Amino acid sequence: MTPQLPLSHLQSSASAETDTPLPAMHMPLEDNLSLNLLAANTHQADHNNEQFQRWDLICFNLMSSPGAGKTLLLERSLPSLARELNMAVLEGDMTTQLDADRLEAVGIPVVPITTGRACHLDAAMVSGGLNLLQQRLDPAALDLLLVENVGNLVCPAEFDVGEHHKVALLSVTEGDDKPLKYPLMFRNADVVLITKIDLLPHLPVDLDAIRRNILSINPDATVIEVSALTGEGLEAWHRWVRHALVQRKSPIPALATA
Amino acid sequence: MHEVDMTKCLLISLNEWRDRRDNTSAMVETVHLDVGRFTCVEPDQLVTTYNAAVQGSWLDGSRLTITEIPFIGRCLSCNGTYDPVPENAYRSPCCDHPLEEIVSGRELRIRSIDYRSDSAAALESSPIQRQR
Repeated sequence: MTPQLPLSHLQSSASAETDTPLPAMHMPLEDNLSLNLLAANTHQADHNNEQFQRWDLICFNLMSSPGAGKTLLLERSLPSLARELNMAVLEGDMTTQLDADRLEAVGIPVVPITTGRACHLDAAMVSGGLNLLQQRLDPAALDLLLVENVGNLVCPAEFDVGEHHKVALLSVTEGDDKPLKYPLMFRNADVVLITKIDLLPHLPVDLDAIRRNILSINPDATVIEVSALTGEGLEAWHRWVRHALVQRKSPIPALATA
Repeated sequence: MHEVDMTKCLLISLNEWRDRRDNTSAMVETVHLDVGRFTCVEPDQLVTTYNAAVQGSWLDGSRLTITEIPFIGRCLSCNGTYDPVPENAYRSPCCDHPLEEIVSGRELRIRSIDYRSDSAAALESSPIQRQR
């Protein structure tokens, strides 16, 4: 591409050409766009979502800080749900092959998403993951696709990947103020899992305060307390998953395309 | 550094804007953004990233200006507006109601573009135009 003239050059040459009157096109113009800054990501996310519709599956975007227990939750939840659901995982939080191996070990296909050092997944990365997924299996046979996002409470909240639901995890060890420090994540989540509740007896943390802070920011959120380690609360989470699937599988056609 | 990805999105939109308008001669002076305070964007970082990203491109020399939009909630109990603050768990100070409606603060918007379009210069400098 030919380099454009710097602005200063245009201005000086324009004022030098005094013998030829400046065309109206020289006047500064303003284009009022009112365009979403993240339009490029939103377009790709919409495209991913259309693909999910075609495959008739439902997609969750799992988000939390590092170490809140996303992988252990999947490791404990998925074998139980696998009796009734066909599932796969797009794994975006994998620094080693270790996490993937843990899930493959329980019979759930895991497709790694290469993020480099990205601090979140965007819709294009997930689209790349979907291509890999298709090479491995027929996505139309799936009921549920779980996208495990990069461990981070900040930016994943702002980047849709085409998911139907955002699932946020917050472990009790992180403290009850975290929903207030990272409000966007908890505002945008459809369900918040408070994890590691088996540790509560050992911690000076107020479970009610965590719950209250989440619901102050997002009164519509479903809040479920779980311990993947002991299994406590997992059934309530699984009920939420089933409910989300039932709702998605029987959409009102006019709304489904809206 | 999600500002890098936001800048990428912004550049895609600006390139599309130029292509859509066939504005191959457009020289962008200023890109105006509205950024709400209830987003995860640091305006200064976004400007820094933008300035680095446009170097050597057709947008080199353009400026990014950001207008911050205040975070305002509406209390659905009394219908009044308020500034949600973490110290009060974003609840309404008037009725201690949770944050339900967000009036503003979620904006991530390219508001407008100031540019100059010079068809004569375009003919001189743009090989695409010359071929026509």
